[in-house]
Amino acid sequence: MNNTIVLPIVIPIIAGMVMVICKNMIKLQRYLSIAVTLLIGAAAAFLLEQIKREGVQTLYLGGWEAPFGITLVADMFAVLLVLTTALITFCCLCYAFSSIGADREQHYFYPLTLFLMAGVNGSFLTGDIFNLFVFFEVMLVASYVLITLGGTKMQLRESVKYILINMISSSLFLIAIAFLYAMLGTLNMAHLSVRVAQAGQGGLMTAVAFLFLIVFSIKAGLFLFFWLPGPYSAPPTAIAALFASLLTKVGVYGIIRLFSLVFYHEPNVTHLFIGILAAVSMVLGAMGAVAYWDIRRILTYNVVVGVGFILAGFASFTLEGMRGAVYYLLHDMNVKALLFLLGGTIIHLTGTDKLKEMSGLIRLHPQLGWMFFLAALALSGIPPLSGFIGKLFVTTGTFQAGYFWLGGIGLFTGLLVLYSVMKIFMQVFWGYTNYTAETEKGTTKGLLWPLGILTAVVLFLGLGAEALSEYVDLAVAVLSDPRLYVDAVLSSNL
Amino acid sequence: METIMCVVIGILFAIGTYLILSKTLLRILLGISIIGHGVNLLIMTMGGLKKGGAPLLGWKEYSFTDPLPQALLLTAIVINFATTALFLVLSYRTYEELGTDNSEQLRGYENE
Repeated sequence: MNNTIVLPIVIPIIAGMVMVICKNMIKLQRYLSIAVTLLIGAAAAFLLEQIKREGVQTLYLGGWEAPFGITLVADMFAVLLVLTTALITFCCLCYAFSSIGADREQHYFYPLTLFLMAGVNGSFLTGDIFNLFVFFEVMLVASYVLITLGGTKMQLRESVKYILINMISSSLFLIAIAFLYAMLGTLNMAHLSVRVAQAGQGGLMTAVAFLFLIVFSIKAGLFLFFWLPGPYSAPPTAIAALFASLLTKVGVYGIIRLFSLVFYHEPNVTHLFIGILAAVSMVLGAMGAVAYWDIRRILTYNVVVGVGFILAGFASFTLEGMRGAVYYLLHDMNVKALLFLLGGTIIHLTGTDKLKEMSGLIRLHPQLGWMFFLAALALSGIPPLSGFIGKLFVTTGTFQAGYFWLGGIGLFTGLLVLYSVMKIFMQVFWGYTNYTAETEKGTTKGLLWPLGILTAVVLFLGLGAEALSEYVDLAVAVLSDPRLYVDAVLSSNL
Repeated sequence: METIMCVVIGILFAIGTYLILSKTLLRILLGISIIGHGVNLLIMTMGGLKKGGAPLLGWKEYSFTDPLPQALLLTAIVINFATTALFLVLSYRTYEELGTDNSEQLRGYENE
């Protein structure tokens, strides 16, 4: 029993409700939301140390022991993601202070962001599959409102598609849960793991596993990403960055959790299929990123490539591959938030998202240019920046598993990704400067320092990978040996 | 009883899918709503339909119905209700703002 686990879920919900009541006190909302992200970060850091000392932590809500009640489980993987979420939300909120506009601030932007955060943290920390569905919905409903907030024509048009696809995938999620419950008679993930191990993962069970894979693929943008580029380029920068770095990653987390804890008995079928989906989404995403000439599109297609690469590492199902997947997941969340914020700043400055109408921004905004350069290199995994170590492990893992095609595609699409972001860099920052400080559409006042924090994190994840390795190894230990998770949850009554 | 339920669920899913594939936003919404009902019935059927007494401690002589699916169902209904309401408002607003509820005209970029 460890009560700290519930804090990352409860704090944002309570603070969000207070903010809904204090609708017109914008100053208070700003300070409170920042305080909440810092508190959650502190709670996650505290949990991180505790897990390092004592192993996987659990909390039986209401005193109902597993598998009867809802269990919250904090293993290293989940808590690392909670910590990253807190960091990214912090930076996006700071960016939003001077970019989101008074109108959106007055219409519940801050409480909605916190509810979104509660949903994301809940999805990471829950140990019950129906509860996972509920937290997904908490996150999604908050995101529905965030994506429509402001009500511009483009936002309305895209949010209709976004909500539709998510409602359908939620229905599929429920169907999958219903089948699983009918076969195994439990919803606790650790208990599911035990029951599947006892009963064997037959054909029917694998079919249900594929149903879950479809659900999470839709949410993560793995292969079934046709809906993703539109909605992710519609909302304002701070919201788009939150979406790109958090929402798809929750789907990725779902896949990794379920297929490492419950459905891990047939890796030749399920994990190979995940690998194929990952390869296809890397190729298609890279094609999209190369083909388009506007910043938002290029960046949203890069989200798809990133998801594909993380799951390529996981699909190899080797120790190295999973270590790479964890490293790359942490890196990808940071660098996607950074790139979306940078791209949004560029659009804010120039008033357009067409690459061909911009040039020579580096004369007026050298910091912006250098940060974009660093982020672009990190994204494609140039050492010593943050993408490198993940990419190295993922490639080693796929090669060890004998999936040479998968590792090869990963490396090749890495080049295309580098081309697509360098295209932005060269078009936007190089060339003849056709702006002056007067003709610009906006200023960078107050926007640069959140970007600076994220850039520092990108540097740290690359240079300080050694410091992180201890934690990542513990995360991978639980992913590769489900017994650690199961024993921690069911220890009292097995 | 389970067989009849399965047929009903199948019919609901068929109608829902048909409606989702049409172009008007309102019909799509109705389709999703009907699929949602199908899913709810599916959850209930999967837990086994009524086989005995109420799940109360004093009634040990009866075998009792599994109460968990009904709890899940309740949560699912509430969530489905909320998202449907949200989507209904949103599609009306979209219709007001964009002047169309035809999903063909909501595409955005031309060459996709």
